[in-house]
Amino acid sequence: MSVDRRTDTEPEAGAETQDENLVELKVFRYDPDVEEKQKPRYDEFLIPRERGMSVLEALIEARDRFDPSLTFRHSCRQAICGSDAMLINGQHALACKTLVEDLAEPIRVEPLAHLDVEKDLVVEMEHFYDQMAAVEPFFDPDELPDDALTEQRQSPENREQIKLSTRCIWCASCMSSCNIAAGDNEYLGPASINMAYRFLMDEREGEQRGAERIEHIADDHGVWRCQTQFSCTEVCPKDIPLTEHIQALKREAAKKNLKFW
Amino acid sequence: MAEPYDRGIIEDFGRWKGFSAGMWAWILHKFTGWILIGYLFMHVSVLSTALVSGDVYTQTIQGLEGLAIVRVMEVGLLAVAVFHIMNGTRLLLVDLGLGLDQQDKAFYASLLLTAIIAVASVPTFLQGAF
Repeated sequence: MSVDRRTDTEPEAGAETQDENLVELKVFRYDPDVEEKQKPRYDEFLIPRERGMSVLEALIEARDRFDPSLTFRHSCRQAICGSDAMLINGQHALACKTLVEDLAEPIRVEPLAHLDVEKDLVVEMEHFYDQMAAVEPFFDPDELPDDALTEQRQSPENREQIKLSTRCIWCASCMSSCNIAAGDNEYLGPASINMAYRFLMDEREGEQRGAERIEHIADDHGVWRCQTQFSCTEVCPKDIPLTEHIQALKREAAKKNLKFW
Repeated sequence: MAEPYDRGIIEDFGRWKGFSAGMWAWILHKFTGWILIGYLFMHVSVLSTALVSGDVYTQTIQGLEGLAIVRVMEVGLLAVAVFHIMNGTRLLLVDLGLGLDQQDKAFYASLLLTAIIAVASVPTFLQGAF
């Protein structure tokens, strides 16, 4: 089988690109440490097509077969680690969850938008993690049971209420899609607010902790920044209704500040 | 480690295209809002001619209404106002957390209703304009 790697950005109308046995990938390349890659460009890879092949598998093939310097994050390959969120044909997606056969070719693979690119498809996640940490995303009840072995039980209804918010895999797709987050570096962002929702709505935490959490998320760069563009909800690979959760927290914040009775 | 890549260049290099209904609704809402604010100033200035005298006001209004372009713009103004009201209602529902999974359909319905009302208003606004 003839397999070729192309580095020209303008594909030639050749027989190889028409080959049905090959998948054509156009991958964003950038590396500040390598002179010829300091100016971003796209590299084209022709990968042997496999049935049920994911974009991640195609990228791994491109790296292992043609260019070991091709850099991207991946780990679990089953849409749970959140490492391989990227733009695939201009849409936010997890590469491991996106099948090649569902996409128009050539498949354009780019790093997440609105986040600094470190190298190739790897983006700077530090800011995202800082925002996640800012809402203190851990269970922190007002009172602990006297006995360390006593279970802290949650009602099935309450569990149902927060169920979807617990699905977050920290992939940063929502942050990348959010135009408000792009324009305001201090904005907590959808994932972080969703995390606050997960604990704020947890009935076991208690009122005092809840009030502290509300105070934090009702900050100028908190929930009120959300303009309900629904981009985060659209792109979330775990189908978390992020806007809905942000709106719920806005109402909680309003309730806290507008008590006339 | 090298400095992270300057995001400025990537904007020219290939962009995210995930423009969904909610985003269009947001853009149109801002756009129509600014038009309505602009119109408000114009409206007040036209009304203020009545401070000079009733005749000046009548002449101003008749002069404006005599221009075909003003009649056409009135249809546009109605469309802008109707969309802003409809989408504003959609946003109220969104704020109340009602029907959030239907918000895109609500946006399309706002567009459709705006179009229907604007088209239906054409005979009234353009009567005798040409």
